[in-house]
Formats: sequence, C-alpha cells, structure tokens
Amino acid sequence: MTFAVIVFPGSNCDHDAHYATTHVLGQRAEYVWHKDTSLGSADVVILPGGFAYGDYLRTGAIARFSPIMAEVRRFAEAGGPVLGICNGFQVLLEAGLLPGAMLRNRSVQFRCEHVVVRVEHADTSFTLACAPGQRLRMPIAHGEGNYYAEPDVVARLERNRQVIFRYTNADGEPTDEANPNGSVNNIAGLCNEGRNVLGLMPHPERACELALGSADGLILFESVMRAVSGREGRMRVAVFDK
Amino acid sequence: MNPDPALLERHGLTLDEYGRIVGALGREPTLTELGIFSVMWSEHCSYKSSRVHLRTLPTTGPRVLQGPGENAGAVDIGDGLAAVFKIESHNHPSFIEPYQGAATGVGGIIRDIFTMGARPIALLNSLRFGPLENPLVRRTFSGVVAGIAGYGNSIGIPTVGGEVAFDESYTGNPLVNVFCLGIARASDIIKGVASGAGNAVYYVGAKTGRDGIHGATMASAEFDETSAEKRPAVQVGDPFMEKLLLEACLEVMQTDALVGIQDMGAAGLTCSTCEMGSRGGAGIEIDVSLVPQRESGMTPYEIMLSESQERMLMVVKRGREPEVERIFEKWDLHAVRVGEVTTDGLLRVRHHGDVVAEIPNVALTDGAPVYRRPMTEPAYLGEARHVSFATLGTPGAPNEVLRRVLASPTVASKRWVYRQYDHMVRTNTLVLPGMGVAVVRVKDTPGALAMSVDGNGRFVYLDPQAGAQLAVAEAARNVACAGAVPIGATNCLNFGNPERPEIMWQFAKAVEGMAHACRVLGIPITGGNVSLYNETDGRAVLPTPVLGVVGLIEDASRVVRRAFRTEGDVIVLLGESRGELGGSEYLSVIHGAIRGVPPVLDLDREASLQRVLIDGASAGMIRSAHDCSEGGLAVTLVECCIDVPVGAEIDVPSASSPPEGFEDIATLFGESASRAIVSVSPDRETDLLALAGRAQVPARRLGVVGGSRVRVSIDGRGVLDESLSDVAHVWSTAIERRLEAAQAVA
Repeated sequence: MTFAVIVFPGSNCDHDAHYATTHVLGQRAEYVWHKDTSLGSADVVILPGGFAYGDYLRTGAIARFSPIMAEVRRFAEAGGPVLGICNGFQVLLEAGLLPGAMLRNRSVQFRCEHVVVRVEHADTSFTLACAPGQRLRMPIAHGEGNYYAEPDVVARLERNRQVIFRYTNADGEPTDEANPNGSVNNIAGLCNEGRNVLGLMPHPERACELALGSADGLILFESVMRAVSGREGRMRVAVFDK
Repeated sequence: MNPDPALLERHGLTLDEYGRIVGALGREPTLTELGIFSVMWSEHCSYKSSRVHLRTLPTTGPRVLQGPGENAGAVDIGDGLAAVFKIESHNHPSFIEPYQGAATGVGGIIRDIFTMGARPIALLNSLRFGPLENPLVRRTFSGVVAGIAGYGNSIGIPTVGGEVAFDESYTGNPLVNVFCLGIARASDIIKGVASGAGNAVYYVGAKTGRDGIHGATMASAEFDETSAEKRPAVQVGDPFMEKLLLEACLEVMQTDALVGIQDMGAAGLTCSTCEMGSRGGAGIEIDVSLVPQRESGMTPYEIMLSESQERMLMVVKRGREPEVERIFEKWDLHAVRVGEVTTDGLLRVRHHGDVVAEIPNVALTDGAPVYRRPMTEPAYLGEARHVSFATLGTPGAPNEVLRRVLASPTVASKRWVYRQYDHMVRTNTLVLPGMGVAVVRVKDTPGALAMSVDGNGRFVYLDPQAGAQLAVAEAARNVACAGAVPIGATNCLNFGNPERPEIMWQFAKAVEGMAHACRVLGIPITGGNVSLYNETDGRAVLPTPVLGVVGLIEDASRVVRRAFRTEGDVIVLLGESRGELGGSEYLSVIHGAIRGVPPVLDLDREASLQRVLIDGASAGMIRSAHDCSEGGLAVTLVECCIDVPVGAEIDVPSASSPPEGFEDIATLFGESASRAIVSVSPDRETDLLALAGRAQVPARRLGVVGGSRVRVSIDGRGVLDESLSDVAHVWSTAIERRLEAAQAVA
C-alpha cells in the first residue's frame, strides 16, 4: 500500500508521517511536492503538520492554492482516503474539504502535550479498527487548534455523525478542563460526509511507538490500511460482476 | 592620522585600534572599511578579551571531528555519523526586544548547525531572568519563551530541554543561551571555506535590509537608560524563510557542488566573506550592488553591516552553478552570484564596480587585537564567602522550607515554559521535558544522544574556578544519569564588562576551572560563544558560564529517566552528603543570601560516580536516576516521585560537619556535588552496591518507593512527612501562580 505525503513549503511533520508509515507500519510512502500535479499510485493521502507558507496569513490559507490540492480534491471526491493532521487539518478546512475554521488557542499560547481523545464513530476510513468510545492518547502541538463553526454547522456535523474525535479526560468525559484549546463541543477531529476525508489536531504519527510515549495513533493507520484493502476487494468484486 | 573621536566612539573603536587599522591598510580607512573593522574587531566577533584564556580549553579527543573555529563543533557518534552542536547567546537583543531577540537567537544557532551539512534534530536553551515579581521581567520572560517557541515550532525542530533560573542580577540583563544539535554523515561535513580562484560566490536567502546594523557592536557594550533606543539593531526573524533555506541547503549539500558555506549571523556579509576567505587562505571579491535588497538607497556600509536574518553565503564549484541554482529555485529561493574567489587574500568590496573597501582578510580575523586585560580578585569575595549562620536566625521547619524551595521558580516545574515548545516533532524525543535530561534517539542507529545545559551563577560568583568545575560536573552527571557517556561539550560564557579587572578575573578563573574539569572528565569542548558586557547601569550579572554536554547511549532501549517507577523498588544514594549550604538555593530562597563557599568537588570521584551511573544503566540495573543538585536531597527526592506519581520513604544519615543549628537543613537541602538518587528493583540492590563498591563510590540504601507520601527521617528521626500530591501541586504550579497573581493585581 502506498501513502502519499504532501510536502508544502513549511511542512515539518512530513518526515514523521513518512517514518511512521514506512518504518513502523512497513508500507510504502512517497513525498509529493506541492507543485506536483499527480498523486501517482497513492492509496492514501496524508497532509502533514507544520507551518505551510509560514502560516503568516492564516493557517492553511495559502497552501490550499498549491497545484497538488486540485488533485487531492479529485482523489477525495472519488472516495480516496485523505488524512489531514494538524496543519493538514487546517489546510483541509481552508480548502473547503471539511467545514469550519480554526481560531487561536484560547490560552493564546502554543500547546504541546499529550491529550486524550475519544473515538466517536468507527465507520470512517481512519477509525474502522477502533471501538466507538475508545480513548486514544496522542500529542497535540499547535497554536491555532480552537475549532470553530457556526452553530447550525456544528449541529449538522453532530447530526451527521461527522465529529470523530473529541477531547476528553482520562475517563472519557468531554470536560472543559480536558479541552486544550477551546474547540467548540471539544471537537478534536471530524470527517466529511463521505467519511473518507478526516482532519484532526492531535498527531497520530507521533504516537506510533511506545518508546515515544504512546502507540495509540497506530490504529488510524491500521484502519485505513484495512479500509483500502477492503475497497480494493470491493472494486475487484465490481469488476467480476461485469 | 586624525580621526573624529565621535566617529570612533560610535564604532566602539579605540584610538589605538584605529592606529592598528591604519597600519594594516597602510592608509586611512574609508567609512565602509571602518565599519567592517569595527564589527570584526568587536568583542562579539573577535573574542579579543577572551581569546588568550580560551586557548587553554581542551578541544581535541579521539571523537572530535571538528573543534572550535568553524560554524559548529562535531563529534563522531559511530555508524558513520557525527553529532554537530553548539551553544550561543542572544542576551542583549533579548532584553531589548524579547520575542525577536530570542527567536533570532534560535534561528542563528540552527543556521550554524545546518551550515555544517547536519540536519538539526534538537534544541535546548539555558535562560536567566530577574524575579518574576517584577513586571518588566514578566514581559521579558514570557516574550523570550514565546520567541523561542515561535521560531523553533515553526521550523519544526523540537525544543527538548534546558534550564531556567531566576536571580535579581539578571533583571536588566537576561541570559538567553540557545543550543542546537544536528546529525550529519561524518564524511559529508562541510565547512565555511572559500577556495579555488574563480569559483563563484553566491548569496542566498532573505533580502538585506537596514535591520541589525551594529548588532555585534551592541552586543559588545553595556546597557544603560538609552538601550531602548537600540531597538532597530535587533533583527526580525522569519522561520519560514529559514525552513526553506534549511531544506534547500541540505539538498544542495547532497550534490557536492559546494566548496564552502557560511551563514550570515553577527556582522552579516562582512563576517561571512572575510572568515571564509581567511580560512581558505583566499581572497573574496563581491559587488554589493548585486546583493538583493529590501530597502532602496542602501549604502555599501549598510549592506556590509546589516544583520538581516536567514541569509547564507556559498562558494560554488565552477561549472556546478546551474545545478545549485535549480535547487534553490525549487524552494522559491534565489541564489544570486555576487562575486568570486580570488588569489590575493583581500576582501574587495565593490559598489557598481567601484572599489569601496579593500582589506586583507587576515587583518580582520586572525589579525584582530588580542588583549590581556588586567585582572584583580574582586573585593566582595572576602565577605561573601563567609556565612554567619548564627545571625541568620532559626532555620524554619523542614516541611515549610521544602514548600518554599519547591515553589522557587528556579526549582519549580517549568511546564509553563516547555508546553509552549513543540518538543516532539521529528519523533525522536525519548525523554520528554520535565522527565529528566533530554534524550533523542538517532534514527537508523540503535543509539541515542543525551544533552544537558547547566550553569550555576551563584557558585561561580562565590568561586569562579570551583563554580565552573561544578557546572561541567553537573552537566556531565546529568547525561550520565540517563546512561550516556559524555563525549563532547560546548560552552557559553556570560560575564560582565571585561574592561573591569574584577570581571576579567572571574572570567579567567572560570575558564581555568572549566578547562581543568573537562580535562579530568575527558570531555573536549568543540566550540561555543562568549558574551561579555552583560551589565546594566554598571551592575553585572552573576558570572554565568553555561556548559552544554552531549552524551552517547549505545542502546536507546536502555535510557534511564529520573522517575521512580515501581512500588517496592529500592532507593540508593550514590555519593556523599556533607553539610554544604554555601551558595545553595536554600540560602537564596529562605535568607535572600548568596554567600558561603560552593560545594567541594573531587573530579576523580565525580568521574567514578558517572562511570557507575553509565555502567549501571547499560547493564539494565538502574531503574531511575536523578542528579542531586539545586535544592538538595529533599527536592531531588520529591522530583523523583512526581512524574509517575509514587511516594517514597527514606532514612538518611546526618550530613557530615553541618553548620551549627542547621544540621537537618544541611542534610535535606545541602547541595554537595557528585551525588545521585537512583532506584533499583530489590533483586538488583546488591549488584548496584557491589558496582559502586568496586568504583569506590559511596553508596547507601536509603529506603523504598511506594505509597502516596514523601517521608524522610534522619538517623531514624522523622523530619518530613508530606502528601505527595500537596507538594507536587506546590512545585508544578509555582510559576503559573506567580504569573497569574501578577495578572490579578494588574
């Protein structure tokens, strides 16, 4: 299976995503330069964390105009799994692949620490292998992760079961104290209506080895590997049906 | 020869130095030349006051691949790899403009590392501020932390550790020392050398503006009430630009198309051109009108002296230019050919073809003045080294003292600081900040590197020689606690005005102590930085040499952290507690005094202790290890308990020869050197005691890990019995509480 890791100028978690998918998971991964116009034979696209274009204007605001983003959009619309991590999530929001926007953390400071998120739904490409309600411990590292959307949009996201990760305490309760940045409804990650595009602020790629403090992030990658092989299976079936 | 005295003063040059310039040129300098000399001969660039002393530091060893004199030092870490590292100060700019001062300090040290062909993988910092009760200090403190975070986080290099201490003397002159470490293939290390006549000299990176002109000269003068006016001399950082430069430079270095490369840090284009030429024994000719400029109408003087950030100078092999230009284009950077290497050894600066400066490179570098400044033992020492314990009053109950020392910002948790730093990016951080000494793994090898930056201004103030030795010992002991063999060091020497004989004496003695300690412990110093003139209105900071030590762990799975892990584990003290309170955190916090004689240090014993820590770790015998330093045994014990958390119960023998009336205090809070608190599983206790015995390191079982309280008795008599969660709360919230209390008042 091949992961495409998009590299924007200013991406800085591209190596980490590459390392997790290749060294830890034993898959193929290829860097795709933002000026490229093809995703090659990628099965999964990762928009990594970082500060694309320095995030000087607004996080992700310029990266969405990169040539490769048209290809990412086509890939997503065809049902291909796309994972936006941290800055990658911000790019997905700016590109309109996911709804809402990011504000500065309510502490008005950058925050780097391990947090606990609860898996709300297991029927997305990146949470297939999870049990609903499962808690994952993963690091966050961001200054603008305070998710915001208009109340009707948030209500729609909740109704459509698109809120996939919520910040909680160790007991799985989404308390205000457990909310590291002020996100509405403690939202840490969400998916699109097709459930194949997922963005989250925590860094699963930093939580793939116990030596680094947690291996809870692995399950996102294992999920998408299962999703892709299942999808290939379905496609093969479809071919045989003809 | 009749120079305008005001002109010389503005350039920080003496009449005598002007005479030497005329001698070197054989004529009067032009204004541009005068500017070039002034920055290259500034204390910051020339080390003119410190150089004679620095020569005594040990700089060689079997692992040393690059010693002082390059952009950074390098040591061999096996597997064909090198650790490239250096520490540097950005004290003066950080006082004037905390955010940008600190941010550009980080940017500068990162450039030093990747300029050597190394991928930077870790940042640390050593910070000093005045008391947080002062609103100016709070602004400086939060600004510096935000600046370090802003730059490091954006460029994607984790800030994995460091130290922060507070003392009145740093109020008007904070210390911001930043350390960076990178990994390079040992065979691919590239240097700041210009050679090969006709090879092209390229400028790449940000455009040149008027920012930072005379930054190096500013860093070579004291502060006074007009310092705020120097704000335009502080540069503004652009971490995004530097990220592009970093990636593009590393990509270019894969090609072997470069002869040499150097960043434009202090003294900008001036320093990079003449140093590269001087190292290569070559001349360099550039035309400054070709330099990309951010502002119109810049003079050659301004272009040569600008300290705009994120710029590099490269010498490219003839015929390889298109390849290099293509890579920079990919990253949307424009490499511009601004000149070429010549054979005449001169720095020749043209402006639209006209020569505006022509100076022998060597006159600017090796030919800079060297001073043996007069030294006198400071008068304060006689009195300060004496503590009259009888007049200090009663020492206070141990539990009260413990809480107050734990709440001291120097001792307390620095979570408020490090949670603002991305300390996990690059997925190498094996020991998170606050969990002990910083350790990062080296990918594609089985090993890891431990790093510690340490310095104790109080000890150095009371005895510069001993204090500097203690700094070396502590930094090395810290990495040994993680199980790492110290293999190299870098130093940052922060002192006051060297023109004052007392300051020069402190400096010389400290360097002497550092050299001796590094020799005995076998740790070469591969580079560093000197920051003098750390004074405001004639008051110097505590003399603060900071040492950054790098240690190698062969097996990353054997890394030892500081935290007690398992109930029932046996707690052992390695080393010996004497009743040493001189220069302690206790005296400072409880009695507001910096007095006494620093702890005695026996370097051979120190080396033996470190050997035990390293061997015990690599044998998988030691479960946890924590250096016993600021705050003494009691504070160290609490810190070992906090992370998991798990309590402990210990009984310690009374420290030898304590001051009368302060027996318990000296036992609990004395800061005797060469000690560590370690824990082992019960079945390894005898192994550890035997290992220590063979090394002739005193070792004693103190008690066991367990419960939810911290209990300490001295010779069987209970002296502390505290709820761990209570003392942990005091320790972990002390800095926040000080900042919040201030906000509430405001």
